[in-house]
Amino acid sequence: MPRQKLVIVGNGMAGIRCLEEILKIDPDRFDVTVFGNEPYPNYNRIQLSKVLQGDTVLEDITLNSWDWYEKNDIRLYPGETVIEIDQDNHLVKTDKNRITPYDKLILATGSNPFILPLPGVDKKGVITFRNIKDCLKIIEYSKRSKDAVVIGGGLLGLESARGLLDLGLNVKVVHISDYLMNRQLDKTASHLLQLQLEKQGMEFLLNKKTVEITGNEYADGLKFSDGDELKADLVIMAVGIRPNIKLAEENGIPTHRGIIVNDFMETKIPDIYAVGECVEHQGCCYGLVAPLYQQGKVLANHLCEEKTDGYTGSIDSAKLKVSGVDVFSAGQINEQENTKTIKSYDGWGMTYKKVLVENGKIKGAILFGDTRESTHLSRLINKEADVKEYLNTETEKNSETSVVCSMQDDEIICGCNGVEKGTIVQAIKEKGLTTVAQVKACTNASRSCGTCKSLVADLLKLTIGDEFDSTKKEEPICECTTMTRDEVVSAIRTMGLTNVREVMNVLDWENKEGCSKCRPAINYYLNMVNPSHYVDDQESRFVNERMHANIQMNGTYSVVPRMYGGVTNSDELRKIADIADKYQVPMIKLTGGQRIDLLGVDKEDLPKMWKDLNMRSGFAYAKSVRTVKTCVGEKFCRFGTQDSIDMGIQLEKKFEGLNTPHKVKMGVSACPRSCAESGIKDVGVIGVQGGWEIYVGGNGGTKLRTADLLCKVKESGEVLEYAGAFLQYYRENAKYLERTSAWIERVGIEHVRDVLSSKETRDQLNQRMDEALSTIEDPWASVLSNKETQKKLYQKVYVGGNEK
Amino acid sequence: MGKNVFVTKYSQLPVNLGKTVLIGEKNIALFKLSNGKVYAIENRCPHREGVLAEGMISGEYVFCPMHNWKIGIVDGVVQEPDEGCVRTFPVKIQNDDIFIVIEDLDSQSIKYPDKCVYNESFNE
Ligand SMILES: Cc1cc2nc3c(=O)[nH]c(=O)nc-3n(C[C@H](O)[C@H](O)[C@H](O)COP(=O)(O)OP(=O)(O)OC[C@H]3O[C@@H](n4cnc5c(N)ncnc54)[C@H](O)[C@@H]3O)c2cc1C
Ligand code: FES
Repeated sequence: MPRQKLVIVGNGMAGIRCLEEILKIDPDRFDVTVFGNEPYPNYNRIQLSKVLQGDTVLEDITLNSWDWYEKNDIRLYPGETVIEIDQDNHLVKTDKNRITPYDKLILATGSNPFILPLPGVDKKGVITFRNIKDCLKIIEYSKRSKDAVVIGGGLLGLESARGLLDLGLNVKVVHISDYLMNRQLDKTASHLLQLQLEKQGMEFLLNKKTVEITGNEYADGLKFSDGDELKADLVIMAVGIRPNIKLAEENGIPTHRGIIVNDFMETKIPDIYAVGECVEHQGCCYGLVAPLYQQGKVLANHLCEEKTDGYTGSIDSAKLKVSGVDVFSAGQINEQENTKTIKSYDGWGMTYKKVLVENGKIKGAILFGDTRESTHLSRLINKEADVKEYLNTETEKNSETSVVCSMQDDEIICGCNGVEKGTIVQAIKEKGLTTVAQVKACTNASRSCGTCKSLVADLLKLTIGDEFDSTKKEEPICECTTMTRDEVVSAIRTMGLTNVREVMNVLDWENKEGCSKCRPAINYYLNMVNPSHYVDDQESRFVNERMHANIQMNGTYSVVPRMYGGVTNSDELRKIADIADKYQVPMIKLTGGQRIDLLGVDKEDLPKMWKDLNMRSGFAYAKSVRTVKTCVGEKFCRFGTQDSIDMGIQLEKKFEGLNTPHKVKMGVSACPRSCAESGIKDVGVIGVQGGWEIYVGGNGGTKLRTADLLCKVKESGEVLEYAGAFLQYYRENAKYLERTSAWIERVGIEHVRDVLSSKETRDQLNQRMDEALSTIEDPWASVLSNKETQKKLYQKVYVGGNEK
Repeated sequence: MGKNVFVTKYSQLPVNLGKTVLIGEKNIALFKLSNGKVYAIENRCPHREGVLAEGMISGEYVFCPMHNWKIGIVDGVVQEPDEGCVRTFPVKIQNDDIFIVIEDLDSQSIKYPDKCVYNESFNE
C-alpha cells in the first residue's frame, strides 16, 4: 500500500513536535512534506530570548538539524509559504507555484506578533520579537542605537528588555497596566519583580498608553496619551501575539480567534487538522509550548489511529527567563469572592508565595524569589488537588537539598515537554544515562525553555548516586567537555550520532570547535561504533593519518611500503632502489618492524612515489595495526617448531589497515627463543610443539611491559580467531590513545581472558571485526584515484616561478 | 607599502585544511576557517619549526603537528602555557581571488602581534 501523503504547513515547534510523535509511533506510515516560510530548520524559538541575552548563540538553538529531515525522509521546503488550499482536490499551493497533494493536512502556522495600529509603527527601528530574523535585526540595530524602549511589560517584553541591557543599551519598558506581568502576577509579586529588574538597570513607565511613534525615516521617540514624550532610537513592540489564521481564513476553514478544532485537533474540514499557537480549542488559544506539545501528541496518535482521550485543554503556567529573577505563576492568580489564599511574604529576602484555594481545591499559585516548589504546585493545580495534600507535603519537606527526592513518579519535571519524573528515572536506569545532555536527547526533558535543567541534574544524582560520582572521577576526554570516554561512546550509541560536529553539539561541548585531543578521539569512536556508514573526518585526523605518511622534523615525510611479515624479493628491492634514486631520497633505513623506510620525501612527491611503487601502504604512520614481525621459522630455522612467516603474513593480511585506539604491533616467533620479540608486542604469538601461545599487552617502548599469556591454541585458525576477538574487544573498550599495555593494566588480564573464554562472545566480536575490516581501503590507492584529494592535501601554491 | 600577491582561488581553498604557499623564500600557511574567513601566517612554529599548514584546525586556532602547540590563526599568538608568536600576513579577497599582502622586508611596517616582544624565529 502506498504511504499516505502528510503535508505540514509551518516548520515550527508545534508542527515538528507532532511529526516527531508520529515518527515515534509509526515511522513508515506517512510520506511527509513540510513547508516553512522561515529559511531555517526547526529551531527553539524560546531560546531567542537567551540569544539576545548572550547566553547562547543562534547556531546552538536548532532543534532538528537538516540531517534529521534527511534521515527521516522528510521533504522540507524552507523559505516557502503555502498560500492556497484546494479542499476538493486535496492540494496545497505555495508562493513558488509548487502544487503538492495531501491525504492529511496539518496547519501549524503559529502566531504573529501583534502590532499596535499607531501612526509611525512602520518606521525603521520599530521591531517585533518573534523569529530569528527579528533577533538578528535587533542585534544589528543595537549597534547603532543608544536608547531602547520596549512597549509591553509582559513575559516577552521583559525578556527582550533584559537582552537589550545585555547589548549595552539604556532600556525603558512602557506598560499600559499599572503593574508588570499583570496577566501572570498579582500586585505584590509584580512589585518585587519591578524592584529586582530596576536593580538590573531597567526603567519603567507604567500606566502609559503609547499613541504615536515619532521620527522621519527612523524612529526617534514615542508620544503618550497624557502628552508625555520619550526619546528612543530602537523600539521593540512586544504587546502580545495573534494566532496566524490567514491561510485558514482565506481558504474556508472555520476560524474565530484561532483555527477552531475539536478535542482531536480536527478542523471543521475533513482531513485538515491544526496544532499549535494558531489553534483555538474550546475558546482558548495558547502561547506556551507545553499545551502545544500535548496537542501535538494527541494529533499524532489520532493520525496513527491510536486511541486517546483527546485534548482537554491546559492550565497556563509561566516562568520568566531573566537571569537573577525567579518568578513562577500557574492557573488562577487573582482572588475572587470564594477563594482563600495561603500566603507568605518576606520583604527583606524578597520572596513571596501565594497559593489560591477554592472549595478546598488548589487552583493557582504565584512564586517569587524561590521557585523550587513550582513543579510540585503545577501538578497539584493541574489535578485540582485537595489543599490537604499540599499542606502535608509542605510540612514533610524539611531539607532543601533536592525537591526531586520527595516528588512522586508521575510529577512533571519538565513542564514544557510534560516529562514525568518516572520517565526520566526509567530512562536513566535502562539506557545507562549519566549526563543532562543524554537525558535531553532520550526523553526531551529540558529541550525547550531549559529552566528544568537543574532538576534533571538532581534526578541523575538521585538515581545513579555513587555511580554518578564515580563516573565523574574518570577524567573527561579533554578540556572541551566534562564527559568521559564511556559517556561519549554510550551517547554515540544511544543517540545514533553520526559526525564529529554533531557529537560536540549535542553533548554541549564547552569549546564548540573541539581540540586536537577530543576530535581525533570522537572520530575514532564514531568509526568504531559504526564502521560501515561512518565517513572519516579528515579535519579531525592528525597530520600523519591525514597524509598517510609520517611527518619528520623538517616537514618532510617518510614512506614505508607494505611487506607482509617482513618478506620481500629482489624485484621489489630493485624497484624501491630505483624510486629512491628518482626522488633523491636522502635516507633509506630498515625499521624496527622489519620494513624499509624512505625518509625525507617532500609532500608533493608522496602521491607520485606511491604510484611508481605500486605497493600498498605500510601504515607505519597510523593508529592502526602496523607490522607483524616474524622470525624465519620452521622453513629454514633448525629450532623452529611452526611456520611463523606464514602465520605472520596471515595475521598481517587479515588486520592490515584496521583502525585501533593506538598503534598495534605484532610479532610471530616459531619457538620460545622469540626472535620476533613476541613478548613485548601488543599481540605476540609464539610457536610451541603442537600449537601456539598467544600473548597480549606487551610493550617495548617508553613503558616497557612484558606481555601476558592470553591462551594456548592448537591451530593457526584459532590464532586468528583469538587475535580478532582480542583486538575487537580492545577497540570497543579502550580509550583513544591507550596502548594495549595500558589498557590491560587498567582492566586486568583476568578480565580479558574471562571475556574471551566464551566461544559465543568471540564469535560476536569477530563478526563486528569483520564488518570493520570489510570497509578498509588502501589509503594510497584511494588518494591516487582521487585528483581532488591530491590537490587538496598534497599540492602547494608557488608564487614567483620557483615551482618544481 | 605592501604588494598584493595572488595566491589561489577562494573557491578552491579547502575549509579547515591548511595550504602551503611559497612566495619566493617565504613559507606561508594559508587557512580558510569554518566561518569562511581566510588568514595567512608564517608556516613555521616558533617552538621547533613545525609546519603549521599541516596542523589540526580548531575554530581560530591551529595545533602544530609536531608537538601540539596551539597558535592563534588570526593574530599569530601562541597560546598558554607556551609562549611566542608567528608572523601574520594580511589577506585580501577580491571576487574569487585571494591575495596575500607582502610587506617590504626592509620597512619598519612588519606587524607582529602586540604580545610579541621579540621573535627569534623570524629574522630573515
Ligand atoms: C522570544 C520568545 C520567548 C519565548 N519563551 C517561551 C517560554 O519560555 N516558554 C514557552 O513555553 N514558550 C515560549 N515562547 C513561545 C513559544 O516559542 C511558542 O509557543 C511556540 O514556538 C509556538 O509554536 P508553533 O509551532 O505553534 O508556532 P511557531 O513556532 O511560530 O511555528 C510556526 C511556523 O510556521 C510558519 N508559517 C506560518 N504560516 C505559514 C505558511 N502559510 N506557509 C509556510 N509556513 C508558515 C512560520 O513562519 C513559523 O516558522 C516564546 C516565544 C518567543 C518569541
Ligand atoms: S521546563 Fe522548559 S525545557 Fe523543561
